[in-house]
Amino acid sequence: MHVGVEYFVSVSAMVFGIGLFGVFTRRSPLILLLSVELMLNACNLALISFARYHGTNDGQVFALVVMGIAASEVVVGLGLVVAVARRKANLDVDRMTALKN
Amino acid sequence: MTYDIVFVIASALAVISALGVVLAGNPFHSALSLIMNLVALATLYLLLQADFLAAAQVIVYAGAVMIMFLFVIAYLGGRADEPTRDVPLWQLGAAVLAGGAIVVEIVVAVATEAFGDGKHVSDQFGSPAAISDTFFSTYLLAFEATSILLLVAAVGGVVLGSRRPSPRVDEPDAFPDRAPVPKELELQAAVMGTETAFPVTHVPPRQSRAIEEHEG
Repeated sequence: MHVGVEYFVSVSAMVFGIGLFGVFTRRSPLILLLSVELMLNACNLALISFARYHGTNDGQVFALVVMGIAASEVVVGLGLVVAVARRKANLDVDRMTALKN
Repeated sequence: MTYDIVFVIASALAVISALGVVLAGNPFHSALSLIMNLVALATLYLLLQADFLAAAQVIVYAGAVMIMFLFVIAYLGGRADEPTRDVPLWQLGAAVLAGGAIVVEIVVAVATEAFGDGKHVSDQFGSPAAISDTFFSTYLLAFEATSILLLVAAVGGVVLGSRRPSPRVDEPDAFPDRAPVPKELELQAAVMGTETAFPVTHVPPRQSRAIEEHEG
């Protein structure tokens, strides 16, 4: 068995699909954030494997930028979760409809 | 051969821990599974000769971001748990369909393509020097934009997390002597509560004059 770029991309697709499944089915905003992290990391893996395949650094730079974006997303997301949790008893993304319409 | 074995173990760990994130009932277990997933992915990065990114992944993600997650889960306590409510069957089916479709599409797409071996790269590939060389020349704008984004996120985190004891918006009579919320802050107060609304007041000029007089 020769492990080429296609194996890494397949693993990345599986992790991405699992993260997507989590975003669809879970209702806790914390688990949603974790699932989104999963998807972002799957994208990172694909970027890095293609960077290795093409022998250029560009994909790794993109992956670094994605890491920065993921970190800021977590900061704002967790801040929102804490702000909502201070005002309401239960955290359920289906009930957070204050900004609807 | 060792390469193949490490790949199989790391990718199996990545997929299993990803399932753990999504399926675990306890949010603590989800977060710990994600840490394992990040470490497994860092191993895969190492196999792809992305040494610097593997180190950054473990230090930044598994070390810093996930600790913040665990702090928030611990702070929320029981409220972090999943709301007890059945997911409708159609939603479950749609989730499996969407996730499965992406996996099948990508796997079929890469399996039918003859990729062959990757380019031969030097030992310096993926080193901090090589990455910063590209980052600070070709992608300098992206670097600056990312740093500004991080700054804005930090300020946003402080604003969202700041806490001032105040009545809820819908109970205006709880503290009648409190000044009414200014017009431009009403939307912010309605969304996040008055404890996060910052009315900016000027420092009275008297103070500075008094200091000047005292000094003079």
